[in-house]
Amino acid sequence: MRMLINVPETVVADALRGMAAAHPELTVDVENRVIVRRDAPVAGKVALISGGGSGHEPLHGGFVGPGMLSAACPGEVFTSPVPDQMVRAAAAVDSGAGVLFIVKNYTGDVLNFDMAAELAEDEGIQVAKVLVNDDVAVTDSLYTAGRRGTGATLFVEKIAGAAAEEGQSLERVEAIARQVNENSRSFGVALSACTTPAKGSPTFDLPAGELELGVGIHGEPGRERRAMMTSREIADFSVHAILDDMSPRNPVLVLVNGMGATPLLELYGFNAEVQRVLADRGVAVARTLVGNYVTSLDMAGASVTLCQVDEELLRLWDAPVRTPGLRWGV
Amino acid sequence: MLDADFFRRWMAATAASVDREAERLTALDSPIGDADHGSNLQRGFTEVATTLEKEAPDTPGAVLTLAGRRLISTVGGASGPLYGTLLRRTGKALGDAGEVSAEQLAEALRAGVEAVMTLGGAAPGDKTMIDTLVPAVDALGTGFAAARTAAEQGALATTPLQARKGRASYLGERSIGHQDPGATSAALLIAALAEAAGE
Repeated sequence: MRMLINVPETVVADALRGMAAAHPELTVDVENRVIVRRDAPVAGKVALISGGGSGHEPLHGGFVGPGMLSAACPGEVFTSPVPDQMVRAAAAVDSGAGVLFIVKNYTGDVLNFDMAAELAEDEGIQVAKVLVNDDVAVTDSLYTAGRRGTGATLFVEKIAGAAAEEGQSLERVEAIARQVNENSRSFGVALSACTTPAKGSPTFDLPAGELELGVGIHGEPGRERRAMMTSREIADFSVHAILDDMSPRNPVLVLVNGMGATPLLELYGFNAEVQRVLADRGVAVARTLVGNYVTSLDMAGASVTLCQVDEELLRLWDAPVRTPGLRWGV
Repeated sequence: MLDADFFRRWMAATAASVDREAERLTALDSPIGDADHGSNLQRGFTEVATTLEKEAPDTPGAVLTLAGRRLISTVGGASGPLYGTLLRRTGKALGDAGEVSAEQLAEALRAGVEAVMTLGGAAPGDKTMIDTLVPAVDALGTGFAAARTAAEQGALATTPLQARKGRASYLGERSIGHQDPGATSAALLIAALAEAAGE
């Protein structure tokens, strides 16, 4: 596997140096691995902090900026960040109005953010947490780690970020973030495994002519493997899996998300099929976003996320945002 | 009696063993995880070894508490907080005595394992590091070599289990047939303990 890197050990630090050079509107602390919007702390504003393993770019660092995250804490590739990073980020962005941690539901992320919340509270920072767990491919039971956080993370960060930018309270921003998560469901498929720099070879074997249904965003295999399907069949399977788990009464936001190695040409074609299924099922679409937003290194494949929105959530979705990865209305 | 030097040897032996076995741990983590267990622990225990050499804490409790704190600050993932808590709580339970007995260590380690179970929510049989640590601590009363054997058997016994915690649990039945990487690295930690004791 050929990768555009120097050595695996410096992949994250190298990317952060590059981000710093490309985005002077962000403060990038390469050594301590914290990305902060340059104007933080913003007086009276609730701060949003997220983070997680690297390898999902532009999530989370690419979503730092006005209207979205105040700070992001990137871990090693596919490894959650350490508590020290979130504590440092919280100290840098807290204006006194409190901090909301947005945490994808993975054992490591939950443990490290919990430890960080305790430490930040010891320093007098008010911390609230919201867990993102939107992946319907995982059985949510006492006998698993629970549903994974995937594409809905973008919706939570954008919509809660807009609410925070308007000056809403920590309690309110937390409630909105929670509501967005509860209104969201995702399903992903992989057409190839991904390769982590440390391992240098694919994380699982996916024979030619097969695909993995219900895959996560860490190269972890999914629930079921089948013979390769068409874009139309994958859209049917994915959207039906989501609608088995939610019955939207309001219009939905649609995210057709690339896993990293699937061209936009294919993603737009896939989106056409997704929209067809939604129309067939009588689901109204309010907005659609197509692109690579919550990726899994060089994995080929896509995920679909639906988020049911009322007028208020839609207004917050449409509000201006200015980040490296998402930008409109400014 | 076991002094601070013994505990520093234990941590150094663990670092060396994790270093040797990093690729195997990562390979075990590929089919049922995300292929980073070896490299993450390698980074953490290398840092632990360096810090212990530099700061040379002089009681058994201080050695393990410092080692645990360094793991929490450098590893990330689930294994950082879990291994960090194991060592930190074991260290705390040892107090500030200059030397401890093997029985005191066994008792402290039990407190550490219980703290890991509380933090991670895993019980024996969930296909995690707990499946190695619980039998190892039970066997420690008989001696270090017995603990090592119990740990190795515990790790091997995770192969037929279905994972109920951590990332492998997403696979459901497909996690069956793979040895758990966390249970495997926990066996390295216990084997290093026996090595430090010269057994």
